[in-house]
This record gives sequence, structure tokens and C-alpha cells, in this order.
Amino acid sequence: MKPPRWTYWIMLPLAVVLWAAIAATLETPLLPTPSAVLDSLWQSLQSGELQQHLGVTLRRVLISFVLAMLLGALLGVWMGRSALANALFDPLLVLFLNLPALVTIILLYVWFGLVEAAAVLAVVINKVPNVAVTLREGARSLDPRLEQMAQVYAFSRWQQLADVWLPQLFPYLMAATRGGLALIWKIVLVVELLGRSDGIGFQLHMAFQVFDVASILAYSLAFIAVVQLIELALLQPLERRASRWRAVGVQHA
Amino acid sequence: MLELQIDGRTSGHPILGAITARVAEGDRICLLGPSGVGKTTLLNAIAGLDRRLGERMIKRSSKLRVGYLFQEHRLLPWRSVRQNLAMVGARNDEIDRLLAEVGLAEVAEALPDQLSLGMARRAALARSLAIKPDLLLLDEPFASLDPDRAAELRNLITRLLDAHPRMAMICVTHDARDADQLANRLWYLDGAPAELQWDQPLTAVASASASRISEQLRRLSV
Repeated sequence: MKPPRWTYWIMLPLAVVLWAAIAATLETPLLPTPSAVLDSLWQSLQSGELQQHLGVTLRRVLISFVLAMLLGALLGVWMGRSALANALFDPLLVLFLNLPALVTIILLYVWFGLVEAAAVLAVVINKVPNVAVTLREGARSLDPRLEQMAQVYAFSRWQQLADVWLPQLFPYLMAATRGGLALIWKIVLVVELLGRSDGIGFQLHMAFQVFDVASILAYSLAFIAVVQLIELALLQPLERRASRWRAVGVQHA
Repeated sequence: MLELQIDGRTSGHPILGAITARVAEGDRICLLGPSGVGKTTLLNAIAGLDRRLGERMIKRSSKLRVGYLFQEHRLLPWRSVRQNLAMVGARNDEIDRLLAEVGLAEVAEALPDQLSLGMARRAALARSLAIKPDLLLLDEPFASLDPDRAAELRNLITRLLDAHPRMAMICVTHDARDADQLANRLWYLDGAPAELQWDQPLTAVASASASRISEQLRRLSV
């Protein structure tokens, strides 16, 4: 049974009330009240700082996300389809999966300097193995019976890709996208904190140096809002659209 | 149009042994044999799906079009029936005609999983005809249908075969009655590795009733 809708609206307001109460009793700048955070948010919105830094961060996220998904999907599908490719790349995959993000970032900054390309590359290197592992599972689960059908009926390469493979890989692509965005956001912030002079990560770094907790919370809130917006406006409609055919079978059964 | 010269020893095939046969235009073959003997494996090989058997052992005339009705419908579940037929290159008016022939005009826009087993099988049959096949392969087309539905489908396939006299057919079945209604020739596959034990025109037993065919089969398999 699905719980009633209002149950979703309990814990979050409760947390805000609790936060406001603690902040009001302590009266310390290290824990600003919710209204102080909103104030800080409003100010950086008015000055245009928030939009600028958010825009820069979003651009980095987008570029590294697209690159990581493309490379990871290609590698993963290849490894899922070819035992040889899997044998060749699996040890590397294990190595990179266990390489801490921070190490990649530091090494690339050391080797290439504090440049944009190094920043994006660091994020991509961190994400590609995750995407590859997910898509490898997807490629292994491709239905061989549909493949035989496609061969008998002489499907073109494009038909095979778009009409046989892609619908089967879609749930795996969505899983990689979901996990991917969450991970990439976080790594981009670290990359910005360590070696860029703009973006949310950089702003958080500045606020940290003067213990401006209100700004830190304000930027985090704006950030969470944007991520939720992407989820609601982009990912969920896409998922509903692409998995409509699944619901049909369930109803019939 | 098709010549089988499978040599079990040189091919090293785990299931199929020595099989030598020819299929010509208008041949209506029922492929019989015990379960698990390799009938589907042979159909797959004829359809060109078995990489272990090359052109030398399965000689197909050039541009031979093979329509294959698999045991499962194998329609793309994310595409409507119409789109599934369009996918193999059928034009819209051809699709309408084919779907009307198999009695599915009403559900052209439905997704395969919305159809019953029998309907989905007829949709898959329409797809195998959509490529205008020279050779039609049917893998147990009547399995898991109730007797009425099976009889309907048998009549439908008989009608379709009559409408395309030049088309050849190979139909895997367990039921000698299917052979009686559909076939003009019988193949009997048995042994391990599986060999073609019997390749005989049904005209030789023209008056053969279903029971006589099954009796012969029983004797052969003993």
C-alpha cells in the first residue's frame, strides 16, 4: 500500500523547524538561521554571482557527463559483447574503480597544470569505469533470441542499434545517468575547490576560508534545487516515455 | 533453392550429424522427430543462424529469402504490430493486407505484449510473410495453443500456402495430424548426432491417414 501523500511533507519541514530552533538558541554565526541563509541566497542572486558560478559548474558537469557516458557506454557494451575485450580491460576497470577521485584530480593538476581540460578529464576518468560496469551488465543481458530474429530479417546496423539494443539497454543507461549525475556533481565541486577560480566549488572554498556558513548553505541549497529540477523536468519524463511498453505487459499479465 | 550436405564428422557439430537433403519450390515439408533431437537446431542452421555450419554444408540459392516463425513470437515488445512489420521492410498497404489475412487488422497498433499467445503468433507469422519469403520456416507453430486455436491456425497456414504455391515450407511439429494437413513431404530426424532417418514424399502414402503416419513414425523410432 502506498502511504498518503502528506507523509512526504513531514520530515523536511520538521528538519527546518529543528534547525531554526537550534540556530535561534545558540545565536552563533557558525550556525545561521534559515532566514539568514535565504538572505544570503537572495544577495548572491541579486549580485548575479550565484547564476554565474552555477552556470560555470553546470557547464563542467554537462561536458564531463556527456563525455563519460559516451566513452563508458562504448567501453561497457564492447566488454559485455566480447570476452576478449573484457579480459583485456577488466583489470584496468578494477584499478580505476578503486582509484580515489582525489588522487586522479591531484595527479592531473600536477601533470597538466590548473587548466580546464585537466579538470574535466579528471571527472571523466572518475566516472567512465562506473558507466562501463553498468553498461557491461546491460550488454550481457541483451536477448540473444531477438538478435537471431534481427539476423534472419536482415536488420540494418542502425535498426539493430536503435530498435533492438537501445530499448534493452535503456534501463542501464538510466541507472548510469542517475548515479552518474550524482557522482559527477560531487567530483566537479572538488575539482573546482582544488584548482579552478570559478564555479560553486570555488565559491564554497572562499566561504570556507572566512567561515561564512550562510553562503555555504545557500550555495548548497541552490545546487540541490537544480539537481532536483533536472531529475523532475528531464530524467523522469524521459524514463516514463521510454518504458511505456513495459507497463503494458504487466497489465496484461 | 536449398541443399543440405551436412557431414557430422567434418563439421564437428555437437548436435547435427549426417544430413543430406534438397528443398525445391513448392515443397511442403513437415520435420518430425523426438523432443530435443535437434529439430530447432536444424531450422536455425537452415536460416543461417549456425556459424558452425558454413556455405559448403548449407547451400542456399542466391537471394533466397527466408521467413522464420520462431517458437516464441520474437516481436519487438516496444514496437506496435504495425511497426514490427514495417521493420522488415513491408509497406503500409502490404501491412494492412497481411494483418487482415491473419485476422489482426483490429490490433495493428497494439503492442505485442497486449496480444494473446495465439494472436502474437499470427502477428509473427504475418511478419515472416511480409518479406515475401521463398522459404518459410515454422517452429512448432501449434504448440501451447488450445485445440480450437491450433486448428484455426492450421487452416490459416493452409490457406496462406495455397495462396503462395511457389513458396517452400519446413514445419517442425510433433503431431502427425499437422503433417497430414500441411505437408507433401516428411522428414524424420533422430539419433545422436541427429541424422535424417527418413525423407519421403507424402504422395507415396497419399491415402495415409494421420494414424498411419504416426504408426509408421512409431515403427521407425523403435
